[in-house]
Amino acid sequence: MLEVANLEVVYNEVILVLRGLSLQVPDGQIVALLGSNGAGKTTTARAITGLLDVHEGKSTKGSVTWNGTEITEHLPAKIVEGGISQVMEGRRIFGELTVDENLSCGAFTNRANMDANYDRVMDLFPRLKERNTQVAGYLSGGEQQMLAIGRALMADPKLLILDEPSLGLAPMLIEQIRDIIVDINKQGVSVLLIEQNAMMALSIADFGYVMESGKVVMDGPAQKLLNDEDVQEFYLGLHGDGGERKSFRDVKHYKRRKRWLS
Amino acid sequence: MITAVLQFAQVGAGATLIQTLVKALALGSVYVLIALGFVIIFKATQVLNFAAGALSMAGAMFMTILISDGGFPLLPFANPLAPAEGETAGIVLFFVHVLIALALAAILGLVIERVAIRPMVGQPLFAMAVITLGIEIAIRPFNLDATALEGRQLGVPWGANSWDWGGAVVPKSYLVAVIVAAIAGVSVLFFFRTKLGVAMRAVAFDQEAAMAQGINVGRVFAIAWAMGTALAALGAIVYGMAPFPPGGSVSQEIHPLLALRVLPVIVLGGLDSVAGAIYGGLIIATAEVFAGQYLSQWNSTLGSGYSTIVPYLVMLFMLLVKPYGLFGTPEIRRV
Repeated sequence: MLEVANLEVVYNEVILVLRGLSLQVPDGQIVALLGSNGAGKTTTARAITGLLDVHEGKSTKGSVTWNGTEITEHLPAKIVEGGISQVMEGRRIFGELTVDENLSCGAFTNRANMDANYDRVMDLFPRLKERNTQVAGYLSGGEQQMLAIGRALMADPKLLILDEPSLGLAPMLIEQIRDIIVDINKQGVSVLLIEQNAMMALSIADFGYVMESGKVVMDGPAQKLLNDEDVQEFYLGLHGDGGERKSFRDVKHYKRRKRWLS
Repeated sequence: MITAVLQFAQVGAGATLIQTLVKALALGSVYVLIALGFVIIFKATQVLNFAAGALSMAGAMFMTILISDGGFPLLPFANPLAPAEGETAGIVLFFVHVLIALALAAILGLVIERVAIRPMVGQPLFAMAVITLGIEIAIRPFNLDATALEGRQLGVPWGANSWDWGGAVVPKSYLVAVIVAAIAGVSVLFFFRTKLGVAMRAVAFDQEAAMAQGINVGRVFAIAWAMGTALAALGAIVYGMAPFPPGGSVSQEIHPLLALRVLPVIVLGGLDSVAGAIYGGLIIATAEVFAGQYLSQWNSTLGSGYSTIVPYLVMLFMLLVKPYGLFGTPEIRRV
């Protein structure tokens, strides 16, 4: 189980991005993390996987705990070894390497079970099997996303963090990726699904969090969030009766403080 | 056995061609070794290592210190393997010393990476490249003070001896150069197919994504610098064997500039391509040596050192035609 408690993250020693974020990913569940641009979703993923350093970020308060061990200060390699893998936003596959070489990089920390993991990835993504010797940069967007997920699975993670897997994909491909996420979850991998596509995320998640300005402003079982008026209005784009657009402020019942500074 | 001072004028046209070919191949081997050093560091870190000149020479210096001085100054113990005063090492002992010198060069590379390069991870590449330039300047005085003017003997067991191939004079050192470069080239090609080699390419492509896969970027950098420095040092050691410089020594005159002469090679072959380093080295050396041999009747017009500019002419032409080099990776982009 992953537990993030009161996490605060500062970039460049001045920009406070996460302001006391708390969330939990219980074993075997899919948890959705929703929020608009700049809410701090990607920063949350970085903080969990130890990639803040690269971006001059630091966690100043709070903790990330994985199965009882605090991993806030661990190096990325150690976190991957511990069983948390991330599929980064924008896929970030190694474009100059072949598909197989990309997968081999994913298995860097888990060489022993490489063959078994490779077969598993190929079962999940038959498309990759057809193109395994091709240079990854020439794959289509959907195939690249499959490769990115497959690469993360090569480390045989217990928790998979997916950052915007639907980004830039056609609706049909989004559905395909969604089904694959469910399949992966059925194989016993917990999933933290970071998404802007709330409909897709909540349709498969067990639990959901809604983030805004570095904090969780709403959480609950996915079904409850789906039926929530505010979520429907602002993340699902459904307008109730009349279809008339409402002011953001009128609808949100949760805290929106106005201040001159910050 | 003929003592080798090459006198092309006295041999026939066929023998001259063979001699020139072998010389081109041998010089090409030196270029290949140093170019591989550049390529490995560039492939992992995306930095052109401007310190290659000083580092490669330092490696060759380690070799002369080990085998000719019998131990490092200031160290309390002598090199127990060194041949006795006035004697030359046997072939096996010589290559054992080459390996020790390469290990020392690799350690030097590791130290430099740890002290000067690692803190710069994530910073602009240009800053890193300029740092390597600083390293070059910082190491150079040690090399120059140690060489003194006359150069330092490398103590090659086969000296300047050569074979006679139907009238063509083929120095033994040239064959050694080719064999050493072939072994190094094949090893490096093989290395990039291993787990670590693939990881190295991944790091070069996207450091953060590589970290997210659990690849230890710092360790990959360290290994690249150790290998790159050792390969450059190997090139400099080979280039210290007679008759590359007559007499066979590591000298102030030619060694510091050796890496600079390899620049056209890596530009021709592509900065990040092992195959490019190999082909580039051979092509450039062939152009240089053949120009030196067959255009020599125009010495009075072209000037005596004209062959050294041939590589740069080839490089210039290459940049105009294929900016990524023969085998360099163009930016991969879907259309």
